[in-house]
Amino acid sequence: MNTDIILILLVLTNLRLLGAGRLGASVRTVAVQGVLLGVLALLTHHDNLTVAVLLVALSGMILKGVVFPWLLFRALREAEVEREVEPFVGPILSLLAGVAALSGSLWLARRLPLPESPGSSLLVAVALFSILVGLFLIITRKKAISQVLGFLVMENGIYAFGVGLVLESPLLVELSVLLDVFVAVFVMGIIIFHISREFDHIDTHELTNLKD
Amino acid sequence: MIWLLILVPMLAGIAAFGVRNNPARRALLVASAAAHSGLTVAAWFWMPSPVLNGWFALDGLGLLFLSITSALFLPVSVYAVSYLRRESSGRIQDIEEGFLFDNAPEATFTACLLLFLAAMTLVTVSQHVGLLWVAVEATTLASAPLIYFHRHHRSLEATWKYLLICSVGIALALLGNFVLAVAASSTPGSEPIPMVFGNLITHATRLHVPWLKAAFLLILVGYGTKMGLAPLHTWLPDAHSESPSVISALLSGALLNCAFLGIIRTQQICVAAGLGDFSRELLVGFGLISMVVAAVFIVGQNDFKRMLAYSSVEHMGILSLGIGLGGVGVFGALLHAVNHSLTKAMLFLVAGNILGAYHTKSTTEVRGVLRALPVSGVMWLAGLLAIIGSPPFGPFLSELTILKASLDHGRTIVAIIYLALLAVIFIGMTTVALRMTQGETTKAPQRESLIAILPPALLGVGILLLGLYIPPVLNNLLHETARALGGL
Repeated sequence: MNTDIILILLVLTNLRLLGAGRLGASVRTVAVQGVLLGVLALLTHHDNLTVAVLLVALSGMILKGVVFPWLLFRALREAEVEREVEPFVGPILSLLAGVAALSGSLWLARRLPLPESPGSSLLVAVALFSILVGLFLIITRKKAISQVLGFLVMENGIYAFGVGLVLESPLLVELSVLLDVFVAVFVMGIIIFHISREFDHIDTHELTNLKD
Repeated sequence: MIWLLILVPMLAGIAAFGVRNNPARRALLVASAAAHSGLTVAAWFWMPSPVLNGWFALDGLGLLFLSITSALFLPVSVYAVSYLRRESSGRIQDIEEGFLFDNAPEATFTACLLLFLAAMTLVTVSQHVGLLWVAVEATTLASAPLIYFHRHHRSLEATWKYLLICSVGIALALLGNFVLAVAASSTPGSEPIPMVFGNLITHATRLHVPWLKAAFLLILVGYGTKMGLAPLHTWLPDAHSESPSVISALLSGALLNCAFLGIIRTQQICVAAGLGDFSRELLVGFGLISMVVAAVFIVGQNDFKRMLAYSSVEHMGILSLGIGLGGVGVFGALLHAVNHSLTKAMLFLVAGNILGAYHTKSTTEVRGVLRALPVSGVMWLAGLLAIIGSPPFGPFLSELTILKASLDHGRTIVAIIYLALLAVIFIGMTTVALRMTQGETTKAPQRESLIAILPPALLGVGILLLGLYIPPVLNNLLHETARALGGL
């Protein structure tokens, strides 16, 4: 099977995130993205599948596809927020920005010469695109939980870059990175819970007391 | 021994979650801090052997930053005991808006403090690019609950900003690591270079140049966010002003250095690959921008903890500038890292004393500290004089060394900007120091508790000694490290 299909699916999930109006849908889309990344890892390594690769890909899939959505849905439930995304930038404009980011990434990836690597230049483009979409979501979304989603999308983009270019990093490092991201989401979830209790909502544009 | 250095604070931290008795937990905190310091001192005499394929090893650079961290943590942990005693009495009134709030459970606080130490130790001993990243991210996660010790909306806002901005920044550094791996994987017919700093430096000439440049840029921006280099410093003043003073002292004195270590190690690879000029120019640029931003916000700053925070941005700029200038500047930057950490930790601890007595962070409302708190007043004045670079304190010496480096290399314009910014900050901070310490106050002179003044006093003695005499062992280590970094 070709990895390009996975890459195109990743692009589609990113566009879906930009256009999504409900928080629940966004959380599920990010979960799908996590599973796709696991499949990408398995596909790129399919001719020399080691236990280490299998372990990292599977734990990544479980974490990103099951554990994170569960944590985020729990935070949503406990924070009792309305389920709308409430962006500063509307869905149409977000999608247009997404298309611009996509063409920008494609252009940039074409110009970056890959030294001796089996990864396609489409991969670099998709990774860059995911990182840009993640940053865009962090900046333009009001709710703390959407910003966490943006962070995860960005992290996914970086992960895709690492996996797709067949960068061999030792098992210990891979698992520690996953553990770090897990703890990050966990801590952010706790803080979101406190924000909702303190302010009765989780809109970060109200967090503007500290300034000079 | 490296395992012990990491495991002692880590296991003590996990144990602290379970200890119910407050005095016992505080004793555990100080005891593990003392044990950590003891191990660090031992490492000066018997360099510990590398473990785990050399992924964890102490070199001169790591030992220097480990020593700074450990030297700060011990006095800070003693001070924390007095702080926790003061804060443990139920609901507390907010000093700015007057509402009542609770603190986080003391067990969580102590545990995170110890885990934070473990994470910072991990940063200093990591030789693997990926593990270094993991360790730096771990410091963010361990310190976020510490900033949210006072459970109210301002500290919550500061914690959220800290967590999000630093996580995004560090995510960029992770991308930088992958890009570095691409640079190392190239060249047909040869094995990819292991992602260990030592190996990358030895084989630096084999690295793919455009990808190495991109990697350095991403890592500089990524760890630079954590280090507080402008324009990515925005989390820093909020986190420092809202967290308890003990935590501000550790954030400024120890945590920022850890991120700096990541940048220095990557810079070392660039120098070995012959890209020294490229990376140095970037460091000089970021350094000067940070100093400008800090100067703008220090002048007229109304909150003395925010003022100290911006001063940290300034000094991180000076460190980056020193490394960027190269030559004797590298030595100056390393010495300055030591001086800045000791001075800033002392200042934040004293700021905690002032805050405890006056219940305000406003520089205009605090008057006559010298009368009300004689010991803290003297230390506040001395500390501020030291941090703005007046003799005979340590920072004067290191700032002068960096000035010398810029003149040595014929960078007159850089030297002029550097001096002008230092002068602006000098005036801005002296005004505040004099206004706060002098003048009349309605407060009667207070007896200050010994464990609240002894830790900052010891740090103060340290910076005074470093200004007059650098011990030969430290001097040797600094020289050896500066040479390894391509300076001197």
